[in-house]
Amino acid sequence: MKNYQLGEFEELVILTVGILNNVAYSVSIKDEIDSRTSRSVSMGALHTALKRLEDKGYLKSFNGESTQERAGRPKRYFEITALGKKVIQLNKETKESFWKAIPKTVMPLKFS
Amino acid sequence: MRESNTPPKLFLQFLRWFCHPQMLDFIEGDLHEFYQRRLRNYGKRRADILFVIDVILLLRPGIIKPADGNHRVSSYGMYKSYFKVGWRSLLRDKGYSFINIGGLALGIAIAMLIGLWVYDELSFNRQHEHFNDLAVVMQHNTVDGEIDTYSSQSYQLGSTLRSNYDNLFRRVVMATFATNSILGNSDKIFGATGMFMESEGPELLSLQMIRGHRDGLINVSSLMLSESVANNLFGTTDVVGRSVRIDDREDLQVVGVFRDIPSTSDFKGELGFVGPLQLVVNRGGRNFGWVNNWLQVFVQVEENLDMQQVSAAIGKVKLNQVSESDKRFKPELFLHPMSRWHLYSEFKNGVNAGGRIDFVWLFAIIGGFILLLACINFMNLCTARAQKRSKEVGVRKVIGSRRGQIITQFLIESLLIVTISFILSMLIVQTLLPWFNELSGKSLTIHWNSLLFWITLSSSIILISFIAGSYPSFHFSAFNPVKVLKGTWSIGRHASLPRKALVIIQFTVSIILIIGTVVVYQQIQFAKDRPLGYNLNGLLTIPMKTPEIKKNYNSLRNELLSSGKFSEVSTSETTATNMWWSDWGFQWRGKDPNMQDMLYRGAVDYEFGESIGWKIKAGRDFSRDFVTDSTALILNEAAVKYMGFESPIGEIVQGYGKNYTVIGVVEDMVTQSLYEPNKQTIFLIDPFGQANYINVRIAAQASTTEALFLLNSICAKYNPNTPFEYTFADSEFAEKFSFEARTGKLVGIFSTLAISISCLGLFGLAAFVAEQRTKEIGIRKVMGASVASVWSMLSRDFAILVIISCAIAIPFGYYLMGRWLASYTYRTPMPWWIFAATGIGALLIALLTVSYQAIKAALINPVRALRAE
Repeated sequence: MKNYQLGEFEELVILTVGILNNVAYSVSIKDEIDSRTSRSVSMGALHTALKRLEDKGYLKSFNGESTQERAGRPKRYFEITALGKKVIQLNKETKESFWKAIPKTVMPLKFS
Repeated sequence: MRESNTPPKLFLQFLRWFCHPQMLDFIEGDLHEFYQRRLRNYGKRRADILFVIDVILLLRPGIIKPADGNHRVSSYGMYKSYFKVGWRSLLRDKGYSFINIGGLALGIAIAMLIGLWVYDELSFNRQHEHFNDLAVVMQHNTVDGEIDTYSSQSYQLGSTLRSNYDNLFRRVVMATFATNSILGNSDKIFGATGMFMESEGPELLSLQMIRGHRDGLINVSSLMLSESVANNLFGTTDVVGRSVRIDDREDLQVVGVFRDIPSTSDFKGELGFVGPLQLVVNRGGRNFGWVNNWLQVFVQVEENLDMQQVSAAIGKVKLNQVSESDKRFKPELFLHPMSRWHLYSEFKNGVNAGGRIDFVWLFAIIGGFILLLACINFMNLCTARAQKRSKEVGVRKVIGSRRGQIITQFLIESLLIVTISFILSMLIVQTLLPWFNELSGKSLTIHWNSLLFWITLSSSIILISFIAGSYPSFHFSAFNPVKVLKGTWSIGRHASLPRKALVIIQFTVSIILIIGTVVVYQQIQFAKDRPLGYNLNGLLTIPMKTPEIKKNYNSLRNELLSSGKFSEVSTSETTATNMWWSDWGFQWRGKDPNMQDMLYRGAVDYEFGESIGWKIKAGRDFSRDFVTDSTALILNEAAVKYMGFESPIGEIVQGYGKNYTVIGVVEDMVTQSLYEPNKQTIFLIDPFGQANYINVRIAAQASTTEALFLLNSICAKYNPNTPFEYTFADSEFAEKFSFEARTGKLVGIFSTLAISISCLGLFGLAAFVAEQRTKEIGIRKVMGASVASVWSMLSRDFAILVIISCAIAIPFGYYLMGRWLASYTYRTPMPWWIFAATGIGALLIALLTVSYQAIKAALINPVRALRAE
């Protein structure tokens, strides 16, 4: 299997795009991350991540509508490509296998 | 307030500047969205701060645009296409391109030649180290109310300036005028021109020493040679210490060899050698009074002194020294700086009257006009083709070209054509240069490796392409695309108006130049035809330089005459073609006491008149039969008039301490300038032993070659240590109008070129007019028009333009040439036929040019013309 690079922040972004299904554009992504985590994402970091993900082929984008609020500038919507889905899937499995490998004495399972 | 609802402009600008253009839109949109939200939630201040922070955080590698934007790439393609389209349109109309480029190249070549000439004139003398502080002392003298100006000075002046005005001058150097001397060593002898000067001379004139030092001229038996003279004499320049015999009198030691004086110096050809002035003084025969002017005084003004002030300070030096009776000439000294020697050498009545600078201006103006004519051609041909290219401009505009882009396109096309023309013109200049050098008497070269040359060249390419291309490009770019594409657009009546004005300018300039040429030639011919008063044919002069030839003169003369190849031989102080010696202090009956009695003197011998062939009007010639003829005088007609004699024969004239009796009157002779009235001249049997020339007349039936051969051998016999030198009087005479002849020739060539460039343009213009009117001509022919009527219809327009040009050019030319002629006292009238002939000539040439196209158009089959669409 090839090495699918996915940084920690990039993973967060691509997952958020998945959550926001069809309405994922930079502002909504930022709001979503801000609300789900305790951190405030900067515009610069987000756009850089989005660009890199698009360059890697995990995301694709299309132009959306423009509004008065945005001073006439269009939105750019993102959605996950097939490759992107495969990569996060793989990422999740890899992590789960790591989780499973941790001895129970170290990390006792908790059930809510 | 709307204003306050927008984010900080400065940072928005900053973002736009650095952000990658592909991402800018979305990012800006996001920022706006956040800003609006924050504005609502936190207020303006906070929103602004957060906006700034956001922008600063955006400044990161993934978002900043790459250093080389894609801007340049796309412009490059556009320019490339401009060149391609320009090149294709050149190729499509080969005849047109040929006329356009050829005319322009010719014009540029001429302008370039003139430019080289002007540059050469302006850079004269500049290589001298003391160019800025060097001057020659000149003097004004008032004779009979007119101020005479010359540079010869007395021997006294040098030491006076040196001792009394020490604070003004760094160096004062007296030098003889350039003289011809005979140099010889054991192997060779030949004549060379050089100067005798004081020991500081070589430093003052900044001679470039190859051997020895500039201060080597201290000893009276020292001598410096120029490189070429040293090579001629010894075959090498390593000659310091060798001995040279000068004029078969003194043996001198070579102390230095200097580089040949460059052709851009006024000393060119005058410094083959430099000898000590003391040598000339020691030879004797010179007077040392304040009024005996026989040498020149060069000075180097102290640094940081103003030449004008120094000039004023020495003004009265001579006046204070001369005797009471000589004060009436009011001698006034002044400095003529080296920077003005070449271009401002003439003085009229005490005022500097220019000189060559007039010709520099004249040629510069002619060059400028020829270039202008070529540029006009270019503009005219381009705009005449407007119809052909109007569709292209229309399409470009519809697709989205801005006006500026169309202007750029046509300027680039003009740049293309001008560059090709420049390359072509450099080839023309390179081939014409030897011929032009011969014509102008210069040695010009293209300064290929001078930076200045390339800068001038490239800036003129840009300038000319802008000037020539400006009108067409603004004309083209103003087309209305809708009209052009619908085909309802046509050039119209007014569009051709500027073009007509340009043709008129072309022909006006050309006609003025032709009038100028004709008048210059007229003046030269007029001067040549002036009655000389003596006979130049078969007359030649031999300079007498050594004591030997003076001693042997009688035997030489006898042998020449007995050979039968020579009809007469005589001696004289000056040659018949140039009698410059003037004297005053004469007394005669009825002389006006206020008169300054300046008379030119011909100190001759008994056979002089016979040998030059003068014509006695009254009385008799000198004769050896009369013992009293040693105090006899012959006057010319001008002298009779000047002295106011009714019947001059038998009158007594006192002069040189003797009483002279007038025995004859001789017809006026041209002994000085061809353009001045004949000078009052007296002839007397040489009482001073000053004979410098032998005048030899070859017998009418003898062949010149044989006579010269014989003359050479006889001279060698009586004057063994001197090379045989002689001058034909007619070639010396031709020197008098060589400058005018040269100017006439150059102006003639320029005007021929001007008219041919103008005609070239007319030819192209006529072709386009004929092409435009093909349909009209076809219809006319179908309706029954004859070839002649079509021809006259097409030619009429152009004929009118040429006639208008004549109307402007003739009065203008008359005025200009009248002013030129006014500088000559003896001048040709300007008959009306010159102007009529020039006008008719120009008209004929123009009609011939146009007719080719007109007749071609008139002969075309109307069916073909009408069917073509």
